[in-house]
Amino acid sequence: MQDEPTPTELTKAVADFLRNEITPAIGGHNAFKLRVAINALDLVTRQLALQQGGDVAEAARLTQLLDMQGSLVELNRALADRIAKGEADLRTPGLSDHLWQTTMDKLAVDQPNYASYRRELGRK
Amino acid sequence: MIEEQLGRCVASWCPGATGVTAAAKLSGGASQETWSFDIVHPDGVIGAILRRSPPGYGAAPSRAAGLDAEAVLMRLAYEAGVPSPKVLHVLQPRDGLGTGFMMARVEGETIARKILRDEQFAKARPMLARQLGQIAAGIHGLEVAQLPELRRMTAAKEIFELERDYRGFDWPRPVFELALRWLRDHDPGPSDEVTLVHGDFRHGNLIIGPDGVRAVLDWELAHFGDPMEDLGWICVNSWRFGEIDKPVGGFGTREDLFAGYEAAGRRADPDRVKFWEVMGTLRWGVMCCGMMQRFRSGPDHSMERAMIGRRSSETEIDLLRLLAPRGK
Repeated sequence: MQDEPTPTELTKAVADFLRNEITPAIGGHNAFKLRVAINALDLVTRQLALQQGGDVAEAARLTQLLDMQGSLVELNRALADRIAKGEADLRTPGLSDHLWQTTMDKLAVDQPNYASYRRELGRK
Repeated sequence: MIEEQLGRCVASWCPGATGVTAAAKLSGGASQETWSFDIVHPDGVIGAILRRSPPGYGAAPSRAAGLDAEAVLMRLAYEAGVPSPKVLHVLQPRDGLGTGFMMARVEGETIARKILRDEQFAKARPMLARQLGQIAAGIHGLEVAQLPELRRMTAAKEIFELERDYRGFDWPRPVFELALRWLRDHDPGPSDEVTLVHGDFRHGNLIIGPDGVRAVLDWELAHFGDPMEDLGWICVNSWRFGEIDKPVGGFGTREDLFAGYEAAGRRADPDRVKFWEVMGTLRWGVMCCGMMQRFRSGPDHSMERAMIGRRSSETEIDLLRLLAPRGK
């Protein structure tokens, strides 16, 4: 068992330090790179918080949709393959909902401020 | 160093020029660079831009038109009245600067967030979609016989290349598979008319001032194909920068874009434009994945590239909004 603080607490502490203490002191192209760096740490923090729940739900949906067992990557490969072959499409019961939920979960980690995502969140 | 070299080159074609100052690299990977500099001249300073592959970097990537072709296209566009920087000089071997060309520097803004939000562009914004329609018509109206050799693209070829690139990443993306199927099922076939296509007609490649569009840049991806591709590409949500209800670059409507296009004597085909918008959305998604690959395999191991890889999911939600829209 690893000790505390958790990875989430550490990445968040580093991101906050860069945001609050370093950003005001940096200019030019490095200010842009610093913003990217902070965004990356924020993304990691979100993924650490959200990935486990999202992955479990995604695997459960895929298992049902495909009627097979496997790792998350194997299940996604199988779904990709069926769509490519035309064996599954938007008329397949549950497929559209699954793709929407999976994509929303990705955006919640990757780009929660993306305008399309904000709009779709408001639909629920 | 670079200013001396530039100065020697400029003296060979610009009578009266006494030197070059303020040389600054604007952007550049390993194989292609953009420099800004001022030509000192008794009649006043001339702002200029150099776009080049440094000596030793000749071959362009397979999709690229090549810098020589870019210079020809820019000159022809300028002569046809398409807002374009004037080409001043095409580099010669004796210049010792590599391959590429020099052009007049056009003042203005290329950064989308400023164009969409800053007060100084408030009057221009409502005009831009129509202007871009007219400009696209100008590009598509260039006489094919005059143009340099460029790759010939069709929807089927583009789908093939996107699929090949996507499969090369070996990472399953069911939404991309859905989009590939949709594109194959809805391929409208070769267009009746094959024209010059700019290939990257979007924010970043447009210099905009308070008075509207001042220049179209970057002909690197120019090719022959379906002219509706350019109109679809500028409608891709990734270029709306948050203004998602204004499909044309986040500033205008498709109707205005088409009206400008048709006022210039050409016909827009909204169904084909929609098709190319889906294609463009997938294309940007595949390009984002490509950035991740280049980050991983080097030589550009930058966190910017890595983070662009995490933007491919943006195109997945946009593809779902296009292909499987949910109710209100």
